[in-house]
Amino acid sequence: MSYIRDLGSGLLGSLRIMSRNKVGFAGLIITMTILLVSLLAPQFIDLKMTADIEKIYQGPSAEHWLGTDYQGRDIFKQLLLGGTEVIYVAFLAGLLGTVIGVGLGSLAAVLGGWVDTIATAAAELVITIPQYPLLLVLAGFIRLNSPAGLAVIIAAVGWGGLMLTIRSQVLSLKERDYVQAARALGLPVWHLLLKEIIPNMMSYILTSLVMRMTNAIYGMVGLIFLGVVPIAQNNWGVMYSLANRQGAIFGVNSAWYILAPIFTIALFQFGLINMNRSLEELFNPRLRRGE
Amino acid sequence: MATSAMLRKFFKNYYFRRTLKAVASIFVVTTLTFFLIRLMPGNPLDIYVNSQMQSLGVSREEAEAMASSIFQVDLKRPVLLQYTDYVTGLLHGDFGLSIVSARTPVSALILRFLPWTMFVVSVSLILSFTLGILIGTLMAYKRNTWVDYVFTTFSSIMTAIPDFMVATLIIVYFGVQWKVFSVTGVRGSLSPGMVAGFNAKFFIDAFYHAALPIITLVVCNVGNWMLQMRGSTMATLGEDYVMVAKARGLSEARITTGYVGRNAILPLFTTLALSIGGMFGGSVLIETVFTYNGIGMKLASSLGARDYPVMQAIFIIITTATVSANLFADFLYGWLDPRIRTEGR
Repeated sequence: MSYIRDLGSGLLGSLRIMSRNKVGFAGLIITMTILLVSLLAPQFIDLKMTADIEKIYQGPSAEHWLGTDYQGRDIFKQLLLGGTEVIYVAFLAGLLGTVIGVGLGSLAAVLGGWVDTIATAAAELVITIPQYPLLLVLAGFIRLNSPAGLAVIIAAVGWGGLMLTIRSQVLSLKERDYVQAARALGLPVWHLLLKEIIPNMMSYILTSLVMRMTNAIYGMVGLIFLGVVPIAQNNWGVMYSLANRQGAIFGVNSAWYILAPIFTIALFQFGLINMNRSLEELFNPRLRRGE
Repeated sequence: MATSAMLRKFFKNYYFRRTLKAVASIFVVTTLTFFLIRLMPGNPLDIYVNSQMQSLGVSREEAEAMASSIFQVDLKRPVLLQYTDYVTGLLHGDFGLSIVSARTPVSALILRFLPWTMFVVSVSLILSFTLGILIGTLMAYKRNTWVDYVFTTFSSIMTAIPDFMVATLIIVYFGVQWKVFSVTGVRGSLSPGMVAGFNAKFFIDAFYHAALPIITLVVCNVGNWMLQMRGSTMATLGEDYVMVAKARGLSEARITTGYVGRNAILPLFTTLALSIGGMFGGSVLIETVFTYNGIGMKLASSLGARDYPVMQAIFIIITTATVSANLFADFLYGWLDPRIRTEGR
């Protein structure tokens, strides 16, 4: 029981620190709201995916808050339901990219020798290959409706820069006294990394995870828009791409169909980017004292 | 002995080694993408045959017969042999023939599409970098005033919206709803019937068609430069030499440009070089939204048709642009900042 109470007060304390930065806290609230709505919506709403020809491209009304699309389906409901997949891909791609970058970067720095040589060369190669074109080519390998596959290729093209930064950070951190002391005690490499070095980079790692998520959303929506990944599920990216293809930009009422996913994606990214400021303060006490 | 010592010194030279590394990485990327592109599911022949069957309603046999008369490339040849052929061609400056646009050399296609993308990318890069440096310096000097807040908010909003969506927004609001420009008129890189030439009419038309992609890129990138310049200037303002310059009673203008500005820009040059490759690659999306006939749109279409040699050439060009920009930035940095030059020795 006391364990749960500690966790609760820890969370409250974190929230208090995060709320000090107003913009950052707003970002946190936006992000959490969108996350919550996107996760819960599929439980409560079911979308009629059948076309209703009499309701094509209606403007906003009491019945359809953001109007209807080219098949007469409710746009607002599509927005509520369309977040799950985008968030899933963004999070998975961000997590994978961060794990690869941090893992390889810190291993290369700690082990040195041929591991370092190979890992650094690989990272430099990944940076050199033009990212977006490479993503386009890799997208050709994805099978039908595979959000996880999409996340994997997005992570695969974007870990190089993080790996090099982490490597140089670890190279400097491992010379610190406390790491040298732990090493002198004969503690194994994984202990040095997981207990001594990586916790010191946590603020950087977390903020880079969030930035990676926004990059993943960019990559994903772009690929769907170009029509190179076969994803049929309804999501914000598919909405944007369909709206483009159906010429929704050319009408006043139909423009709602293309504006809705754009502003939703922008709002979510805005939330993520600003949430980063609060996260930085939470994990980097030096920033807090500076205020 | 003297020559071998000179040779050894030459090979140890920083500039030489750095250039060698750049050439090597272009070669490695070319090799990797060569095999990656050809491993992609679907090949140009099948895609062509399918599209002919669909659009003309002919049988598979007929479509295959039509394709075989057009397609000159033997796709059944072992990939490794195709690779050695390709590299031999490359070394002679030959990018090969396009598979889909029959008998057209890839180099001709590239020459037709690349200048437009280079035009858009370079103009927007120069514009956003210059604007970003000016505004960033202003923000650092006026930090924590409304000027600072306005620009910070602007850049955090602009980083939130993907650039191709900004492009769509521009079309929806300025093109369709407020009718500032004609949506169909700005398509393409030139108006129909416009002949390239060294005259005002041509330049105005080229700028008219490039304006939207340029505006989009500048609006989306300037925020990033502003924030970087703001941070860099603020760090420089705390340096001792700035204080000494102030103590010497130098004019504020001279301190800002000669002491603060010059040093604050330095770290931004590396980022500038890195962003060139990204802008070329990202042009795929923006050019598609605006239907601007640049290399990005060509990449998207050749990817759809699996036109291997064209895709390959575009990869090589973007890679070369990225690598040489980095090389140039490294050399420039060494020249601008003497501390780097001596370190490598």
